[in-house]
This record gives sequence, C-alpha cells and structure tokens, in this order.
Amino acid sequence: MKSSVIIFPGSNCDRDMDVALKKFGFKNKMVWHNDSEIPKSDLIVLPGGFSYGDYLRCGSIAGKSKIIKSVIDFANSGGLVLGICNGFQILTETGLLPGILQQNKYLNFICKNVFVKIKNKENKYFKNIKKEVLELHIAHNEGNYFCTKDELKSIEDNSQIAVTYCDRKGNDNEENNPNGALKNIAGIFNKDKNILGMMPHPERMIDPFLSGEDGSLFFENLTGSL
Amino acid sequence: MVVVNEKIAIEHGLKKEEYKKICDLLKRTPNLTELGIFSAMWNEHCSYKSSRRHLKKLHTKGEQVIQGPGENAGIVDIEDDDAIVFKIESHNHPSFIEPYQGAATGVGGIMRDVFTMGARPIANLNSIHFGSPSHEKTKNLLRGVVKGIGGYGNCIGVPTIAGQTCFDESYNGNILVNAMTLGLVNKNKIFYSKAAGINKPVIYVGSKTGRDGIHGASMASAIFDDKIEEKKPTVQVGDPFTEKLLLEACLELMAGKSIISIQDMGAAGLTSSSIEMASKGNLGIEIDLTKVPCREDNMSPYEIMLSESQERMLIVLEEGKEKEAKKIFDKWNLDFAVIGKTTDSKNIELFFKNEKVAEIPIDFLAENAPMYDRKWIKAKPPKENKFSKDNFKSLKLKNCLQKILTDPNIADKEWIWNQYDHTVMGDTIQKPGGNAGVVRVHGTNKAVAASVDSSATYCHAHPLTGGKQVVCESWRNMISVGAKPIAITNCLNFGNPEKEKNMGEFVECVEGISEASKYLNYPVVSGNVSFYNETKDKGIKPTPSIGGIGLLSDYKKMMTMELKNDGNYIYVIGKTEGHLNQSVFARNILSEFEGPPPEINLFNEKQNGMCILNLKMENLIETCHDVSLGGILTAISKMSIKGNKGVKLFSIDGLVNKFEYFFGEDQGRYIVEIKPENLENVEKMLKKDSIHFDKLGVIESNQITYGNDLKISIDDIKQGYKNWLKEFMVS
Repeated sequence: MKSSVIIFPGSNCDRDMDVALKKFGFKNKMVWHNDSEIPKSDLIVLPGGFSYGDYLRCGSIAGKSKIIKSVIDFANSGGLVLGICNGFQILTETGLLPGILQQNKYLNFICKNVFVKIKNKENKYFKNIKKEVLELHIAHNEGNYFCTKDELKSIEDNSQIAVTYCDRKGNDNEENNPNGALKNIAGIFNKDKNILGMMPHPERMIDPFLSGEDGSLFFENLTGSL
Repeated sequence: MVVVNEKIAIEHGLKKEEYKKICDLLKRTPNLTELGIFSAMWNEHCSYKSSRRHLKKLHTKGEQVIQGPGENAGIVDIEDDDAIVFKIESHNHPSFIEPYQGAATGVGGIMRDVFTMGARPIANLNSIHFGSPSHEKTKNLLRGVVKGIGGYGNCIGVPTIAGQTCFDESYNGNILVNAMTLGLVNKNKIFYSKAAGINKPVIYVGSKTGRDGIHGASMASAIFDDKIEEKKPTVQVGDPFTEKLLLEACLELMAGKSIISIQDMGAAGLTSSSIEMASKGNLGIEIDLTKVPCREDNMSPYEIMLSESQERMLIVLEEGKEKEAKKIFDKWNLDFAVIGKTTDSKNIELFFKNEKVAEIPIDFLAENAPMYDRKWIKAKPPKENKFSKDNFKSLKLKNCLQKILTDPNIADKEWIWNQYDHTVMGDTIQKPGGNAGVVRVHGTNKAVAASVDSSATYCHAHPLTGGKQVVCESWRNMISVGAKPIAITNCLNFGNPEKEKNMGEFVECVEGISEASKYLNYPVVSGNVSFYNETKDKGIKPTPSIGGIGLLSDYKKMMTMELKNDGNYIYVIGKTEGHLNQSVFARNILSEFEGPPPEINLFNEKQNGMCILNLKMENLIETCHDVSLGGILTAISKMSIKGNKGVKLFSIDGLVNKFEYFFGEDQGRYIVEIKPENLENVEKMLKKDSIHFDKLGVIESNQITYGNDLKISIDDIKQGYKNWLKEFMVS
C-alpha cells in the first residue's frame, strides 16, 4: 500500500502522520505543496497544522495551492483522501467536503482527549473497527463544524456523518460537544465516502505510552481495507 | 541631523557617567546611530552589567555539560550521539504591556535560541506569574498570556509539556512570563555564534525589518510608571508561521556544511547579533544597511539597527555557498540577503547609501561595557513563629484541606494547558499536570523530562534558602518521574538592582542556587536575568525560575503520580518535622505570613532522591509524587484525584501535631505507592541507606480518611480543586 502526505508550509503534523502510516504498513512519501504531481498512491493525506499560517481563513490558501488540483483529480476519480484537522479545513475550502469549520464555541484552542462515535461503517475508513466509540485526541482552535440547513439535510440523507463527539458510552449530545460543532460533527465524508475529513488526530494515539491507542484501530482498519 | 548630547543619551536609558565613558572611549561625540547601538548593548538586558560578577559564581560544570552559559543556549549530553539544547528566558515587561504579543514573542524568541544551535525544538515549557486574582488586571493578563503562548507554540507544532502558574500581589504591576524550550541535536552537529575567517559573507534571513520593537531591550531594563501603556509600540509582533518556515529552512541549511556561525536576532536585533558574532570571533564586521530587507519605506540606519522585528537570523557563510543557501530560503519563501562581510578591523562599520554611518570598535561595546558592583545587603534569618495548641483548636482537617486545594497557587491549571497543544510530535508520554512533562527522544528508548519551578514566597522570606529550595524542588520533579536529573537553566526575575535590598535578594538567591546545584551535580547551563520588575516603587518578590531537565534511559520506566491499585501501600520517604512557617497552611488558615522557609538539607535531598531512583530501577514502587506546597495531605489528595482512588491514612505517631504533619512543608520528601509484596524489600533498601520513612496509609475505596478526624470523598475534593481556575476565568 502506498500513501502520500502533502506538506504545506506551516503543516506540523506531517511527520506524525508519516510515522503512523509507516507503523501500520504504508509505504509513505512526503509531497511538497509546490509540486504538481503526486506519486502513485492508494491514499492521500492532508495533515494537521497551520498551512500558510492559516492566514485569511484556516485552510483557504492551501485550498488554492499548486498541488491541490492533483488532490482534487485524485479524489474525483475515487481515490481515498483523508484530511485531519487542518486537512479537514482544507477539504472544506476546496469544496470536496460540504460546510465550514468555525472558531470553537468558547473561543479557546482545545487540546484534549475526546470520545467519538462512529456513525457509518460502510466505508473503507471504519469498516472493520469493532468498537462503536473511539477515544481520540483533538487539538484545534477552529473545529466548530457548520453548514446550511440544506447541506445538513443532504449530509444526513446520504449518511455522510462519519464521527460525532460523544461520551465514553456514545451519547453524542450537547454536553459532550467540545467546540460547538453542529450535531456534534467531528468528521464527515463526501457522498461517495472516499473522502474523509475529521478534526481528531488518530496519528497521536498509536501506542500505549501516548494519550491512548484507539488511533491504532483506525490505521489497522485502513491497511486492512486497502 | 540630530546632534547627540547628554540629554539624548539619558533619554536612551544611559546614565550620565556612561555617556561620558562613551565619549572618552570614542574620543568624540557619537552620532545618533552609534548612540543607539551603545544604548542597546549597554543596557541591563544585554550587558548583564549588574549581575555579571555574581553569575560567575554559578555552578556550570559537569561531565554532562557540552555548552554552559554564554551561548544562545546550554547543551547537555544525553548519551549516544544525542544532546539537548535548552534555555529559559523572560519576556516580562512586554507581556505586561501587551500580553498576547509579549508572551507569543517570548516563546518565539526562546525557540530561535534553540534552533540557532542546530537543534529541532521538541518541547516548550513556561513559568508565568500574575498579580492577585482580585486585582483588576489579572484576568485579562492571564487570558492574553495563555493565548499568546498557545498561539505561537501551537502553530509551530512544538508541544507545550509542562509549566507553572502562580498568583501573588507582588506581581500586580509586573507579571512574569518565562518561556523555556528544549531541542534535540546530534552532538557532532552543533552550531555556534562565534564567527571565524575574514571576508566571509554575512547573510540576513527571515522576516523583513520593520519599525516594531525599537528599544525593546531598553524598555526591559527600566522600571514602569503610570504611562507604561504608551510603550506599546516597543512590543514586538510575532508571526509564528514565518518562524516555522525559518526553523525548517535553517535546519535544512544546517544539514549541509556551509554555515560558519549563526545567531538569531533577539533583543537589540541586528545590533547585538552582529556584534556578538564578531566579538566572539575576535573579528570586525561590515554591514551595508541599504541591503537589509525592510518592511517599511525610508527606514533610517538607526531604526534598522535597533528594530526588534521577529523571526530573523544572521548567518556567516563559507564563501561561495551563497547560491546554494539562497535556494533553500527561496523554497521556504523567506528573505535572503548578503548584507556584509567579516573583516579584520575589529570594528563594526555600517554603511548606508554608500556612506559610512557608524564605526565603533567592537571591544567598546562588548568587553568594555560597564560592569557594576552594586551595593547589597544580606537578609537576616526571620524569627520562627511557634504555633501553640490554641492555634489549631477550632480547626477541622477537612475544611483546611478544602480551602488549601482551592488556593490559586494549588488549584488545578487544566484550563490553561488545555489551550496548549501538548501532544503534537507524537512523543509526549507525560502531559502537563504531573510532576514533570516527559517526551521521548524520537525513535529511541530514551525520554527527556522537564519542569519549571519557582518559590518566590520562600525566596522572599530568606533568599539563600529559597535559592537552594527551588533547585531541590526541580531535582525532585525529575526524580519523581524516574528521570536522572541532568542540568538546569535559570531565569532570574528580580526588582531594581539599584536598591540594596533587591540586589541582596539577587546575590543570595544566586548563592543558594549555586550551592544546591553544585552539591546535586545539577549544573546551570543557560539562563537570563530580568531586573527592574518594579512599578511605581513596588518590586516583585525575588523569583528565580528554575527549568530542569532529566534523562530516562528507558522510557518504559517512567513514573506518574496518580494512585494505581487498591490494596497498595503509601509511604512517605523523608522526614516530616511539621514546618509550617511560610507554608500555604500558615498563610491561608492561620493568616501568618512571617517566619523562615523550610530548611534545606542537601545531604538528605540527594540521598532520598537517589534512593527513589534505585527503588524504581528495582521495580519496587508504582507511583511517585514529591511533597511540596500544602504538604502531605495536599500531595496525597492530588494523587487521589488523578487516580480516582481513596486512601485510608494510618495514625501518625511521634510528637508532631496532625496539622503540622499533614500540612507542613518540610523538604526532601516523596510519597510512593508500593505493592504489599514489595514492602519488605523497600524497607530493607531504605534502612540500608538510613532513610527516614513513614507508613502513611493504604489505597482503598473512593475517599480519604484519617480515623475519626477526616472523611472526605474524592468527588468532594475534586470539585474545588478542578474548578477554581475555570470558574475564576468565566466569572
């Protein structure tokens, strides 16, 4: 299995993602934002960080970068594209995913463990994960998902919600919403489910000495389903 | 053209005698640019003129030390080919004036000091001190500082792994923001600031130069008055995105062999960086200021030399490597300009539009900078307060504990560190909120522990003891996570050195730090001094912050402080005499603020610490936490809350009253958790080294109990402890 991680100026979770992908069996390559071609890949990852300083709006300049056209082409031809945190923001800026990510409800950066409920397992990202609730880690200032009523209806009708913030038991109510996201949305798919954007960082939870190990389940499944 | 005179010199923060010395050295009147350069180099912040002779007394050597004080940061060996570059630095004055940018650029500045030496930053820490929670400015300053620290560190992608937050009314008019960074470097690939060789190109890289921060270093060397808000323009503005690019570009360039020396432009910008490089290499330097990339039009030589715009570096390259280097900076979209060369003149010569605008022998600026032997007075040991039975008669353990756990200096600080990215880079194995932060050395079995400590209350009561205590506290934090203490960096925050009392506090704290670090082989390898933390005649309590680092050869042997399993025993290692003077208990419960701080016994300190490490090596202890502010009961409560486990405390014997026993702040103590089957071996080891220990209790249920005197559920103590800061910030 081959993967590519795109590095934008200001990306800062690129190495962490590289480590995680390799640990779970990917042959990973790092791709510079100013390149125009992506090596042959089964998976493209847009990592977390502050691409282009997150100036203007988070992810907006990256959404217009030179490499992004190849990412869009790859996604439109059915390739798997995963955006984590800033990567999720970039995916919404390119229009590959609906909605936007606003500043967190209480206006603070949040770095902590959260639980997310898997809402749809009929896709390559979550197919064989046995658990219903994962403990992952968030670290963001703009993770407050929002979209229009019509978009939300379409997202729900097409089962595009991937994961929602919840408690240990899977209750995804307002009480367990860390950042004000609409419907507790922590991650969404495109209609075809080949594109996933999510705020939590599975790459930070890949061994028992870190904040937890549920990220391993995510990557194990990914290697298994490719 | 402005003609320089004594009045203008004084406006630049120079003293009358200093201005006379400048004229005598030059044998002429300096022009304005030259005066600006002198004022920048001779202020307290850059010249260490009041502190230099005392800093020489610090203990700075050890076989682990690769680089001691005097460089951009200190460097210690952590075995194999790895070394840790680290330093702490103050950004107090700017943070009070503009908390977000002040704190942010403090973080940015210290990270540059570390990656200038070729190290990739792997962890950030900070020590922040604010005025009384009831002071009108405290809340906004705290919010701004936390956002600034997070805004910068989070963007760069370096985890903030530990810190310390204190409140005391002595900081009402002068908050403290001390930032610390650790970087990892291959010990054969370290870069220094010493230039070498003549006619080597001098390169400017990074952001453009603007008019921000002019006279920042002079501002940091002055006391504050009512009009301090007007100094806002002297605060620099940070851009963490550019710093991230600069970091990557510099590390990329450093992977090759083209750099002779490199220095970041920190305080006093281009002035101090160019002079320092030349001075260390015993060379001259020539700069054409027309070639400096400027952000604004019509900047004068004076402004270019004194700007403290952030995210800039100065590099001396090998000849002919300019093109190769420029390619890297172009890739990262950063300015790159050849602005001058090294010379053998031993002068700094500045040109602007083909005219020479300044020429000063480098000696005058560096070695001939003023050095003062300021008068100081020795602090008298305070008289001890004896507490009688009457003092404790109406007190209940439960109420005292609840009050202490909600003391602003004890209560949980999660509200703060949840705003710092502490897990990026994927190697944080102990988060903030423990004894120390711990990060793995990427791709190895090793880990590095780090913490920051200060004890202004003790230092205020008796500076010599306080100085020793804060080093010991740092040492204990390393031990408590199972790390071998390696070295420290110190940020010495004090009042006005022209006052004998303040100067005395400085001198004696430094003596204390030196004595303890020497005894513990815990040398000082870097640091800075921040004087003039004074507003309208009110100075801060003496506040040396000590940043310590330690090494775990095997990260799987790391210890944490949360209680683990029911049925395990809790021991206190080290003797409890019940010292209440200067304790949180004395201040909060007895309203007694006088008296001496707890004594430091360095022999016991070392014995107890080494014994804890040995116990862990033998896998005989499960958990460890040092006993500090608030004494045993506070420590055990924090361990209970973290592990969500209760403790049945055994009855104490001996002559110590229970309040003194449970809340006394005697030094050199640890609380450890031991499995029943290991008790015998643990006691054997302790007895062999004649180390005092008390059997404190056993882990059970979900409450802390002490006979009939105390019964309190974990949920009850958690409430106040966890919520104080959160509630304070939203109220």
